[in-house]
Amino acid sequence: MDYPTNYRYTREHEWLRLDGEIATVGITHHAQDQLGDVVFVELPEVGAKLQAEGAFGAVESVKAVSDIYSPLSGDVTEVNEALIDAPERINEDPHGDGWLIRMTVFDRSEIEKLMTSGQYAEYVAAETEG
Amino acid sequence: MAESSGPSVLRHTPLHRVHGEAGARMTDFGGWHMPVEYAGIVAEHTAVRTAAGLFDVSHMGEIEVRGPQAVDLLDSLCSNRVASLRDGQAQYSGLLNDNGGFIDDLLVHRIAQDHYFLCVNAANQDADFAWMRDRNRFDAELAFASASYAQLAIQGPRAIAVASKLTDIDLAAMRYYWFSQGAFADCEATVARTGYTGEDGFEVYVPPSEAERVWNSILEAGADEAIQPCGLGARNTLRLEAAMSLHGHEIDTDITPYEADLGWIVKLGKPSFSGRAALAKQKAEGVRRRIAGFEMRGRGIARDGYKVWVEGREVGHVTSASPAPSLGTNIGLCMLPVEYADPGRPIEIEIRHRTVPAETVPTPFYKRRP
Repeated sequence: MDYPTNYRYTREHEWLRLDGEIATVGITHHAQDQLGDVVFVELPEVGAKLQAEGAFGAVESVKAVSDIYSPLSGDVTEVNEALIDAPERINEDPHGDGWLIRMTVFDRSEIEKLMTSGQYAEYVAAETEG
Repeated sequence: MAESSGPSVLRHTPLHRVHGEAGARMTDFGGWHMPVEYAGIVAEHTAVRTAAGLFDVSHMGEIEVRGPQAVDLLDSLCSNRVASLRDGQAQYSGLLNDNGGFIDDLLVHRIAQDHYFLCVNAANQDADFAWMRDRNRFDAELAFASASYAQLAIQGPRAIAVASKLTDIDLAAMRYYWFSQGAFADCEATVARTGYTGEDGFEVYVPPSEAERVWNSILEAGADEAIQPCGLGARNTLRLEAAMSLHGHEIDTDITPYEADLGWIVKLGKPSFSGRAALAKQKAEGVRRRIAGFEMRGRGIARDGYKVWVEGREVGHVTSASPAPSLGTNIGLCMLPVEYADPGRPIEIEIRHRTVPAETVPTPFYKRRP
């Protein structure tokens, strides 16, 4: 699996893409693959204040529930409402249409602490072997 | 479920290599390294409801009981009436402790008047055998036989079409909860019309050395029926829709058959069996809590262990819950005080620090068309 090189990644398997002042957040291909068929998504309200590494919602498959953690501190500006009726988009296009939220970025230095695509691919490989 | 003790000590079924080759996602289940899913839980679940699915359930334990007083030993230990069985008949039963709680639930098969074959849960098999051996004051011999059997379950409306291609046993004439011994896929097998999915189907016991060949024969015979290998994930959603109990969840060492809504497997008419006194007392006094089915009314999915609230008070917990792939709803079973356990009661499930509305409903959630 190719992980987009212009994204950054967390140890909890979220991705982040910065477009100007706004960051888009989703879960990675690896995360959705581990979960299986996603059937339910719980997302925050627009305006919610998120802390870096704080839980802000959940993605659920038939077999399991997985908390989602914010890669950064910031305010939620938009949530992917389409996922309410079509949570399977997370399986189908985790790095694109399956995005979860958009948010402001309080502190850009937090982005530098996240993994690059190369680092994340290695991280997943190590986790899968372990 | 047992604590994970690392992959190195997990036990393998004779089909472990097959699961690996098929790319199954594996998990630790009660100390066994078992397939959770092959094609995905929903696809596997749907295959069993509409066509056929094949499960490796070789982790299940087998115990054989032989001797002139085999029936007396079993009737002293099991809550159901073993003496009412005929040759070739199977029975669901409880192995209960002195408090009437489940050491295990099991299937008792009568091969002959002096020969019985028990199928028990993987995680409990050692405890079951020890309990039975320590109480054997009869002219009966107990044999721990798990290593002698692999168990494959063929389940779904097309299971009979698939299985019939592999045996001369008249499966159409076999009634639910009966079994037969004979050749199946060219090896000696016990074929029972039983299952844990709420569908028609068969559980097939074969020698471990033949397991891989039989598994492949079933998949080949079932190709025309779109048979699907299935993992424990689908097994759980299927049994939950059918409201069948799982040890460690709806039943446990501190839960009695009456509390688990399984009063029909208790035969108080028998003069004595383990747990009888406690159950007679509980029956006379009435149970205080009971397993109830529920369906989510608000947006949210209940999970095992979540708290149940009624009128602002925590009153019980969820024993098993999941989205129900055949129903399109989110369902569960929970342990509730009896005053709340009848269908139609609004309850609330605590999900991530807030409560979501639900309602108790009749079980089973899913019933196959006759």
